[in-house]
Parts: sequence; C-alpha cells; structure tokens
Amino acid sequence: MTTVTLTVNGQEVSRDIEDRTLLAQFLRDTLRLTGTHVGCDTTQCGACTVLLNGKPVKSCTVLAVSLDGAKVTTIEGLAANGQLHPMQERFRERHALQCGFCTPGMVMAAVGVVERNNGNVTEELVREQLEGNICRCTGYAGIVEAVMDVAEMYRDGKVSQNVPV
Amino acid sequence: MYPSEFSYKRPKTLAEALSLIASDDGAVFMSGGMTLLPAMKHRLQEPSMLIDLRGIADLHGISVEGGVLTIGAATPHAEVASSDVVKSAIPALAALAGSIADPQVRNMGTIGGSIANNDPSADYPSAALGLGATIVTNARSIPADDFFTGMFSTALEPGEIVVKVAFPIPASAGYAKFRSQASRYAMAGSFVAKTGSGVRVAITGSGNDGVYRWSEAEAALTAALTETALDGITASPDDMMEDMHGDAAYRAALVTRMTRLAVANQGAAHIV
Repeated sequence: MTTVTLTVNGQEVSRDIEDRTLLAQFLRDTLRLTGTHVGCDTTQCGACTVLLNGKPVKSCTVLAVSLDGAKVTTIEGLAANGQLHPMQERFRERHALQCGFCTPGMVMAAVGVVERNNGNVTEELVREQLEGNICRCTGYAGIVEAVMDVAEMYRDGKVSQNVPV
Repeated sequence: MYPSEFSYKRPKTLAEALSLIASDDGAVFMSGGMTLLPAMKHRLQEPSMLIDLRGIADLHGISVEGGVLTIGAATPHAEVASSDVVKSAIPALAALAGSIADPQVRNMGTIGGSIANNDPSADYPSAALGLGATIVTNARSIPADDFFTGMFSTALEPGEIVVKVAFPIPASAGYAKFRSQASRYAMAGSFVAKTGSGVRVAITGSGNDGVYRWSEAEAALTAALTETALDGITASPDDMMEDMHGDAAYRAALVTRMTRLAVANQGAAHIV
C-alpha cells in the first residue's frame, strides 16, 4: 500500500491504495466517481478518458500511484455552479449521444481537442483527434457538430476557461 | 482487469534506478506504460517491481546542437509532435510522432519506451533507423544500425536504460504509413531520409525481424530522390510478416507504395 495525494476536480484527496490500482478504478471504486466509464479496459475505446494535468488520457491504463501531486478532472468536474459545461450543453443540443456509455470519455476527449487547437479546428481534424474514442450508436455526426460548436464559441471568446482544474 | 501485485518505485536519478533494478530479479522499467500496463493487465507480464523512469530529469528535454536533435527518452509523443524545435529541425519526425495511436495515448507513451520495446509495427524505430540516430544509454552510445536486433529485441543489456535519442538532422526526410483499420498500427511504414551518407530507407510494420533497411531502394534514391527513381523497383515478399491482416505479397506491395509516398512527402508524414 502507498499513500497517494492528488487533486481531483479541484479537491485534494489522499488515499492508501494498492500500487497496482488503475486510475479508472481509483476514481470509480475508491472515490465513487462513477461517471468515468470502463468500456474495453484495453486502452482502445476511450470511455474512461479523463484529463490529467489538463490533457486527456485513458484512465484504465494509468497507475494511480504514479499521480502524486497531479491534477485530474473527470466528467463530474466539468459542470460549474449548476451550469453544464458548454461541451455537455452542445452534446445535448446536437443529440451527440444515444445510450450514453461512451459520452463521459467522449466529452473529456472533445474538451481536449478544443483546448489543444485553441478552437482552430476543421471537421476533418475533429474526426481525426477523436480517433481514440469509439461510439457505437450515433455515427459521430452529432458529436462532431457539438465539438465544432464549442470550438467556435472558444474562438469567439465565449468559453473563457474550457477546462476547469 | 487488475495487474498482479507489484511494488511501484519512482527514482529521481539514474543511479537510484540502476540500484533498484539490481535489487530485484523481477523488476522492470516503465516509462509511459502504454505497452507494459496492458500486458500486465492480461497477466502476460507479472513484474514484482515497477521502476517508473519518468521522474528522472536526465530523461527529459528536447534540444538541437551541432546539427543533432536530441530527445529525452521520457518525452511523450504529444510533446515531440507539438515541439517547435522538432518541427523546425525534422518536421517528418514531429509528424510521425503525431500519427502514433490516438491523442490520449500520445499524451502518455514515450519515445524511449517505444524504441526499447521495438514493436515490429511501431513508428519510432523506423525514424531512428532511417535517420541513423544514436541511442544513448546510461552506459554507452549505440548506433541505430546496431540497436534494433529483431522483433521486440534490442542491443540493450538487462538493466540498461535508454536516456536519450540523438537524431542527426537530415537534408530532408519523409514518412508514409498504411495503418491497420482495427489496431491503427502500421501494416507498412516507410521512413525515407536524405542524410550525409546517402538516402536511408527504413521499413516498419512489415518485416519478420522488425524494422529493417531496404537497401535496393536506398541505392536508387541516393542516385536521385524522386519517385521515378523507384520505377521498376518492388519490395520482395521474402521475410515479410503474414497474418490475418495481409499476406507477404500484400505487405510487399504496401512497402513499395509507402516508400514512394515517403519520397513524395518529404518534410511530412503521409498517413493512409
């Protein structure tokens, strides 16, 4: 067992965990933040995507013990003051989800796409950079539209801080 | 899926890492963990100690000096892809790094881990071999020509650590890759570089022994770095991998095609 101290959704947490604990399990089982989903558990589907120090990673393939001092943002940390994050809002507006299983990871990865490119994206780039997230319901059309919407808001300065840390 | 139990160590110096690896027969090094952790979850590997190299300052940093681009082993692919230093020195290398796996994996996986693992379908080995890089370890400097010794095998001794990779900056370089539609790994990737000692062509994704140099194409392209210089030259299906994704003849055809595309896309990566 090792004590790990990190910041999750703005709150510092400290827990004694087995060294082999994966970040996805730490979030779901230890902190009971079950918004982060585990789909394939093999680093492929992207359902478990969270932001690590502001960058999207697949939490099923990161050791929690390696994250001492790190900042993690999960889907639970995106909404602020009772307001959905613009990416969540646009996903709802654009019907970018059906069953919803991939959605938490898709939203976190989508936030990463907008951030990484300062909102300067094309449809082709959005599709390419969401390659690590698989959705079996929507056919991606609504998802891409939602990301394009938020990218435009970002360019227009309507989203001041896309990623709350 | 849980890996088996192990103890996790995060040394801050090379000396500390070397003393840890010597202390436990079942200890292994880890960098980004993008290959090792999935293998451990499947219990294909069950190390008793995991030594995370990312806390060692010597393994970080990107710099150019005397016509050589040096990248610390623990540098994630995303950092190489977005580095202005890399983009200006060897744009094809930045583009290659930006084509590995997906954005999430690129934020974790590292150049040192990729090269030390020498997956026969990984991208970085072709850049290291194609550019005639030098792999600098805690003990010595190994030319790429001697470093990659076969599928998943390298000249690294047990307990030896890749510290950095030094790439001589070429006159020009280009990369082209055809990906498996399922795994997104290269089924054929060709890295073509015009170096001080002629044109080098390194092929990944196809060879039975992992990354290799295609000498016939090198000779033709050293005479003239143009697509037409390759007219009439086709890769041999001998020693090509065969699996459910494609047979040897198919892979040979891909190698020929990707090499032509790498010539036509100097300064970039062309991903199919």
